[in-house]
Amino acid sequence: MAQTTHPPGTGGHAAPGGEGASRRDFLYLATGAVGAVGVASAVWPFIDSMNPAADTLALASIDVDLAPVQEGQAITVTWRGKPVFVRHRTAKEIEEARTVNLGDLRDPAADDARVKKPEWLIVVGICTHLGCVPLGQKPTDPRGEFDGWFCPCHGSHYDTAGRIRKGPAPANLVVPQYAFTSDTAVRLG
Amino acid sequence: MAQAHAPQFKNPVVKWIDSRLPIFTMLDHEYNQYPMPRNVNYLWAFGAIAGIMLVIMIATGLVLAMQYAAHTTIAFDSVERIMRDVNYGWLLRYVHANGASMFFIAVYIHMFRGLYYGSYKAPREILWILGVFILLAMMATAFMGYVLPWGQMSFWGATVITNLFSAFPLVGDPIVTWLWGGFSVDNPTLNRFFALHFLLPFVLLGLVVLHTAALHVSGSNNPLGIDAKGPQDTVPFNPYVTVKDGFAVVVFLIFYAGFVFFAPNYLGHPDNYIPANPLVTPAHIVPEWYFLPFYAILRAIPDKLGGVLAMFGAIAVLAALPWLDTSKVRSCKFRPIYRQFFWILAIDALVLGYAGAMPAEGVWLLVARIGTAYYFFHFLILLPLLGKLERPLPLPASICEPVLKGGGRVAAGAHAKPMEKA
Repeated sequence: MAQTTHPPGTGGHAAPGGEGASRRDFLYLATGAVGAVGVASAVWPFIDSMNPAADTLALASIDVDLAPVQEGQAITVTWRGKPVFVRHRTAKEIEEARTVNLGDLRDPAADDARVKKPEWLIVVGICTHLGCVPLGQKPTDPRGEFDGWFCPCHGSHYDTAGRIRKGPAPANLVVPQYAFTSDTAVRLG
Repeated sequence: MAQAHAPQFKNPVVKWIDSRLPIFTMLDHEYNQYPMPRNVNYLWAFGAIAGIMLVIMIATGLVLAMQYAAHTTIAFDSVERIMRDVNYGWLLRYVHANGASMFFIAVYIHMFRGLYYGSYKAPREILWILGVFILLAMMATAFMGYVLPWGQMSFWGATVITNLFSAFPLVGDPIVTWLWGGFSVDNPTLNRFFALHFLLPFVLLGLVVLHTAALHVSGSNNPLGIDAKGPQDTVPFNPYVTVKDGFAVVVFLIFYAGFVFFAPNYLGHPDNYIPANPLVTPAHIVPEWYFLPFYAILRAIPDKLGGVLAMFGAIAVLAALPWLDTSKVRSCKFRPIYRQFFWILAIDALVLGYAGAMPAEGVWLLVARIGTAYYFFHFLILLPLLGKLERPLPLPASICEPVLKGGGRVAAGAHAKPMEKA
């Protein structure tokens, strides 16, 4: 213990009356405070053990080959247990994403701030509302009113830049950390 | 505790134990002589029915846990093994899965009985609030239990519900990561849900003991909502109520067995027989029926945090009910206006439940919004005002007076003096 308090010992330090009472109060408070800190530090390992373990955190980054993905197609890759949408956007989709008035957006973000190359849109495929996987990756899927993705759970619509346009979701689809390792390959994480 | 008749035990072993640890005296006092209002109807049996359901759930859950494996790779298969290979596994699992629904049926009827007869009013506020905690513990337990088979609805239900906590600013995302033990619902999540699903029923049991202890301080309410005024108003718990509750339990178990043996999957969802797939969300995620009214409230609010707060608020408002209802009269029998609004609330709860099962768009979204607005209007505005504006009907002088025309005699065997423990 870093700090010990000194009880009124037999050395005659105990003052009579009110002062002795206030010293006793101080001792109660100090004991209580030390006890509270001790309990808190004992509880922390229990709580923290429920946070992600080292092996979960150590999930490697992944490389994705983009060469086979034709214009207009999309692929889903798994990264950190989550689906990541990679869409090879058409010129029309890029145009749609760029011509939006940013003031109308719930979570304003310019299209070129969300992509590194205009034709490749890479976002985490998890609806920011309650974590469902939106539809729109397969050609037969509904893509919502803005040509991007549609979440079937609670009806959120995302546009061709993965931005929230309609429905209960509060934010855009998250853009993960990634870098192009060549013209047709990208590393996630 | 001046008892009218201290029990005299004949068995010397019972006598020996009782003089050292008076459990037999306690049981005799609480479950034999305990005075019950003589006019309680069959709605008062649902507390006992809910208690029986808890025992059935713990018993079946214990043996199911001996066969179940809480790992994402084998959880689904271990449940299928219970269904196909384990002796009576199909029976135990169907009794457990349908038992959750029966438990909620019993508790919801129990709660609406409390609402109708004003059982939450003084001096039973703590009794009622303990009941709200029991409901919360039941909901958490049921939700985690539904995750364990690791089917599609398990996985996506867990994803949606844990993501509710991400609505809170700043602390939301760290809390969700902590709940998951990772970056998505995965093996650590399944593992801890199994541990908690095993633990929470015993927390629930503890709450039920407190709930019963609080009940036995002031005694049961009754359809007239007036206090028992003497032995002529009460009957001893045994045999009058034990037999009545016992009959109700048997009828309820027949209803329960009907589901278990003839429609075991009627209350479930077929998607949960598809193994969990983190990359494909089912087209239509629906929780179990007992969550549907709250799910409708969640989806009715167009804002994420607002929806979450409204859903939790729908339960929190129940805890405040003893103070929101300003009327001194307990029973609906003597509150002609509140009685009508009670039934509107009951219909509102059913409508919300139906809207919660429908897709959240078009007319159903509108229905859910109106239902949500009415739910909060009932508790937050109507009840405080109605207590002041409504003119209640005259209350009878005592429980036995309307039946026995004055006085009345002590029911045979009714020895215990009521209210002596208060």
